[in-house]
Amino acid sequence: MERKIKLQREADPDWARRVSERPGCEGLFSCLQCGACSGTCPLSIYMDFAPRRIIALVREGFRTEALASKTIWLCTSCYSCAVHCPRQIHITDVMYSLKREAIQAKLYPARFPIPVLAQEFYRMVRERGRNSEFWLVLRMALRSNPFVLFGMLRTGWDLMRTGRLSLRRDHIPDVKKLQVGLLPREVA
Amino acid sequence: MPPSYGYFPGCTLRGTGVAYEESMLALFETLGLPVQEVHDWNCCGATSYMSIDEGSAFLLSARNLAQAHQEGHQELLAPCAACYLVLRKTQDYMQRYPRIRQEIHEALGNGHVGALASVRVRHPLETLYVDVGVDKIRSRRVREWRGGKVACYYGCQLVRPFAEADRDHNPMRMDELLRAVGVPTVEYSLKTKCCGGALTGTIHDVGVNLNRILIREAARTGAQAIATVCPLCQYNLDAYQWEIRKQNGDLDMPILYFTQILGWALGADVRSLGFQRSISGRKTIQQWFSHAEKEVYA
Repeated sequence: MERKIKLQREADPDWARRVSERPGCEGLFSCLQCGACSGTCPLSIYMDFAPRRIIALVREGFRTEALASKTIWLCTSCYSCAVHCPRQIHITDVMYSLKREAIQAKLYPARFPIPVLAQEFYRMVRERGRNSEFWLVLRMALRSNPFVLFGMLRTGWDLMRTGRLSLRRDHIPDVKKLQVGLLPREVA
Repeated sequence: MPPSYGYFPGCTLRGTGVAYEESMLALFETLGLPVQEVHDWNCCGATSYMSIDEGSAFLLSARNLAQAHQEGHQELLAPCAACYLVLRKTQDYMQRYPRIRQEIHEALGNGHVGALASVRVRHPLETLYVDVGVDKIRSRRVREWRGGKVACYYGCQLVRPFAEADRDHNPMRMDELLRAVGVPTVEYSLKTKCCGGALTGTIHDVGVNLNRILIREAARTGAQAIATVCPLCQYNLDAYQWEIRKQNGDLDMPILYFTQILGWALGADVRSLGFQRSISGRKTIQQWFSHAEKEVYA
């Protein structure tokens, strides 16, 4: 049988310290664990660890648990936690920071559509300088679960008949310049 | 009032949010405020790009600010709440973190970092409230409201850190503007609760459920329509009501942009306001906005 509880010695406090040095994450260790963030978060009822617990995991140094969680991807960056936090911790920016590290470390939950959407969005912007909603959704669906496209037919038709579905693959005039001058380094 | 506003459309106002662009441009034209699109703008990066790579997310945003500055715009209108927040967040981080400032400085080459910070990123709601003012909007009203009560929904990103569009906990500017043209607005306690953003496209059930809560609460307070300030909120609330109806019977509520209502009240051509692009509540929209005759109010 597998042990369900993690021991403190398995944590990496040095990682926690490094996280707290990233832009936007400075307030990490001033958290009171009051739970205002989890209370105001519209998605906390769907999360594996509500925001308060994510902050607790991170500052104790439980890296894998925090990075592999669905929580960080369910965060829609509505910043409700950040405006309610009595210690003014930028919780949304902590979430962003964890997302980026989860992508780097390939620790995001497999076939979970949200990181797939983020990656496809990232690639489309790098390829074309702009993103086109229709093509973005199509690419996300093909990489995560193509069957969801059937569920989108009705809404797709509604958008089409009201002139809101653009099939145009938009791009900026000089994509090369953007790729060479501004975005040379690809991270994912 | 500035001579002209630079305009950053972003991806959504050229797709699902096209009625927002149409109605905003028609409204600004009616008010005699010139708006000029920034040439060669690129994607703001929204929430997704930032989730993968922070450094170049700020560079993308900075490039837009540089582009606006180069074209002589001191004011940059960003109607999409996500674009608005990202542009302002970039300016904030640029000022607080020397490393980020340095990276932007090196990538854009021409060393306009100070100039980038000086471009004022603005949302049309704030512009109308501050630059034009409630009194002037009231005095320009030419059509009488015959519709029902409206819930003003501000969504999340417009009223959060980095923003100055309105207060974060209880924003009222949209309510005040709509009331000035005779539209009764309700007390809507979920006015800043998130619509889920892209969740309707990823974890669909969760996204639809957030919107179900928003619409049902608006209906409970007596509102017959919701007014929005963000293209993603409008899309989420508008496009999935057929699914919400499966559980919540007769729901069919128009989801409008505040610029559509204001544009109509101030006398813009009804056909230029994009009402035909609504998916839900089409009958109500037909009833409320079909009379085009103009009257003058004192």
